Amino acid sequence: MAKIKKRTMMGSHAGQTLWAVTVVAMIIGLVTGAYIYVIHDSDSDTLVIYSGRSSELVDEIIKEFERTTGIKAELKYGSTSEIAGMLLEEGRHSPADVFYAQDPGGLGAVEHMLDTLPDDLLEKSPENFRSPQGRWVGISGRARVVVYNTDVLTEVDLPDSIWDFTGAEWRGRIGWAPTNPSFQTMVTAMRSIWGEEKTENWINGIRENDPIAYPRNTPVVRAVAEGEVDVGFVNHYYLFRFLAEEGEGFSARNYHPRGGGPGTTMMISGAGILETSENRENAQQFLKFLLSKQGQEYFAENTFEYPVNEGVETHDMLKPISDIQFPNVSIEEMNDLEGTLALLRRTGVIS
Amino acid sequence: MSYLELKRKINSFPTVVWVSSITITILIAIPLIYMTIRAIGAGPETWDLVFRFRTMEIAGRTLALAITVPLLSLGISLPLAWLTTRTDLPFKRTWSVLTVLPLVIPSYIFAYVMIVALSPRGMLQQALASPFGIEQIPSIYGFFGATLSVTAVSYPYLLLPLQASLRGIDPSLEEASHSLGHGTFSTFKKVILPQLRPAIASGALLIALYSLRDFGAVSLMRYETFTFAIYNQYLTPFGGRMIAAALSMILLFIALGLMFAESATRSRAKFYVTAKGSSRKADLVALGRWRWPALAFCGSVVIIFLVLPMYVLGYWALRGISAGETVQVVWSSAVNSIQVSMITAVIVVLAALPIAILTSRFSGRLSQVVEKFTYIGFALPGIVISLSIVFFAVGTFMYQTLGLLIFGYLILFLPLAMGSIRNSLLQINPDIEEASRSLGRTANQTMRSVTIPLSKNGMISGAALVFLVTMKELQATLILSPRNFDTLATSIWHATSEAFFARAAVPALLLILLSSIPMMILLIFGHMRENYEKIGSSL
Repeated sequence: MAKIKKRTMMGSHAGQTLWAVTVVAMIIGLVTGAYIYVIHDSDSDTLVIYSGRSSELVDEIIKEFERTTGIKAELKYGSTSEIAGMLLEEGRHSPADVFYAQDPGGLGAVEHMLDTLPDDLLEKSPENFRSPQGRWVGISGRARVVVYNTDVLTEVDLPDSIWDFTGAEWRGRIGWAPTNPSFQTMVTAMRSIWGEEKTENWINGIRENDPIAYPRNTPVVRAVAEGEVDVGFVNHYYLFRFLAEEGEGFSARNYHPRGGGPGTTMMISGAGILETSENRENAQQFLKFLLSKQGQEYFAENTFEYPVNEGVETHDMLKPISDIQFPNVSIEEMNDLEGTLALLRRTGVIS
Repeated sequence: MSYLELKRKINSFPTVVWVSSITITILIAIPLIYMTIRAIGAGPETWDLVFRFRTMEIAGRTLALAITVPLLSLGISLPLAWLTTRTDLPFKRTWSVLTVLPLVIPSYIFAYVMIVALSPRGMLQQALASPFGIEQIPSIYGFFGATLSVTAVSYPYLLLPLQASLRGIDPSLEEASHSLGHGTFSTFKKVILPQLRPAIASGALLIALYSLRDFGAVSLMRYETFTFAIYNQYLTPFGGRMIAAALSMILLFIALGLMFAESATRSRAKFYVTAKGSSRKADLVALGRWRWPALAFCGSVVIIFLVLPMYVLGYWALRGISAGETVQVVWSSAVNSIQVSMITAVIVVLAALPIAILTSRFSGRLSQVVEKFTYIGFALPGIVISLSIVFFAVGTFMYQTLGLLIFGYLILFLPLAMGSIRNSLLQINPDIEEASRSLGRTANQTMRSVTIPLSKNGMISGAALVFLVTMKELQATLILSPRNFDTLATSIWHATSEAFFARAAVPALLLILLSSIPMMILLIFGHMRENYEKIGSSL
């Protein structure tokens, strides 16, 4: 009896050791496998780009950059706010060299982590389209527009300024995306041009017209074309995506308010280099490439955006920059996103 | 339980079970630690803001969704599970695969498709407009649309465990019930349903928790829940993180409330039979004329939750291609998706097994706390979990590796596998394990030759669940993946976020098709194994 017991105990011990060894081996295998998976072709010259812009918009031009310069790029995509959140958590350990963002708000959130850019790079972008501290530079622009349903409206029916949509005749006909960074940038422009009080009146006036709030720009454009609402406050280029997919029959078009004002604000996508980057030369080369004639033509032709390089022509489907009454707001004033958020919270537009 | 009894019970599990359970439990605390750090960093102004803001209103909306969605899912899953396991319904295997597949559709895709089809001026209204002159149909936005979309992508959390449990129930009880003069319905109500209670409770809990953390559907349906509010905080660059952490804390309390509600439904009841006859499959119920309504039911579920979205996706793809859009399938992203999902399924099941064994064999308070603890990752928004992992892993060699991504998936999906395995273990009489021990087998041998083989059904359905949800996971994949790592889910997201519908549709269809293949293999394999591996005979 005693003998049997002893054997079982030994058996038990051996069995446990076997289990433990298996588990440990698996963990080691997993970790090394994962390590090798990533490390195998990385080297220190590889440029690490965090992109808050979708790969559908920028992947091609990044491949073009790799071909032209021979520099390898590794990409991490996400929404601009996610990437900004990630960079803030990463802090000084961030492996990123470049942050390429959809809007200045995201760049502003991590501005303290960005390096000052050399003047020759900054000067490639107009003064209003770059960081006042010289820490990021604008790459391409999107215009705020009013998108309208062509079955019920023509451009003549639309008012001169975005202010006029507070009129009672627009009740139940407006779509907007108040949590969208571009919308918030437009409100910042309003505060700078109209002042705090008039902006608050505009927000309350629109709210009295029962606008439908959508989470993003794309659903607004779709809702306008389907007649769910008659007008929407969005960026210009989503319409061209729908036209490309659905053809000319798509019943929505863009309107740049003819009287100018904050309703025609230009939104900027931009890029900066992380202070912790050990690869600044390549990073600067990347920014230069995006701002070169080749890079700017890519944005004009492929993403229907407005190039920041004045020597490059805009797409012929777009209203030329010279025909739009852009408001004159300095970038410092455009940076006050905090004040805008406070206003939007106060008025209950966002939580 | 006396000290000696407890000691004996502890010794009846191999050390490795204890060690791995404890390790995994500690790792799962990572998001909690992170949230606490951030919420403390938030300071009083942030908390003021949190309480000033329509927190109660949002909490009400969140709870309404977390209660309605599980109920609706039960109404769908219970008949489906019974029909596909216990009746002579035609094409059972096909229905089993098709009804689980909506789980792989990302919720934002399903919601978008629903809006395209059912919005006030959407496809349905267009179709009804000319023959019937219907100008507008009721709005889909808000509670209705959110409930529908979240249910669509989460009801399989209930369906899969229900199917597994129904297969595991010993038929002798039903036979006894029949022999005592009870009909099919009465037997179902009095004998089968009570035995399904653990599966229903844990599945419903998963669905309730998923409703808490869904972002895609609620945002598109414009139904503001906590998760929606938390994401919006991340859109705000200043201080947003702190408010988000504070809101996540509140969300966590709601989740804990739901978990304890589930615990309260648990009884000390046993779900196994004490004296097993020969274990064999139950006789199938002949549906007779009821076959037609049964088929109609299965058909409607599949049409609404699978065919409709696939139809809209197919329409997008064809429309875009005929309008001259270039659509390329990046095969590497499909390979990445499948590879990482398979590895994750295996690892998550292996990690869940020891915890499931311990928590199903100890009914004490500590074991309940440990079990609930593993659900934390499943109830919180993906962005919070992912950033917490970034916070701890950045700067280490693990950062932005596949290993870390899989670890993220583990935190997110552990309860999926655990629930399934637990349910199958609860159907095993622990006396069988005792018997094995008393016959001289060690704790290890018992584990290998008794417990693990008997929980195979649960492990398989757990692996299937984890595989499917990993295929579509977006948030953790975006934040934690290695650089240059694309999956089908991230490709779909890149394309939809910029309104490239045709380019989104092709990988989305591919995601659904590729997910269905392993599902079919698992179901067929599970069926074959069931046929010749008689559980009783292995003893």
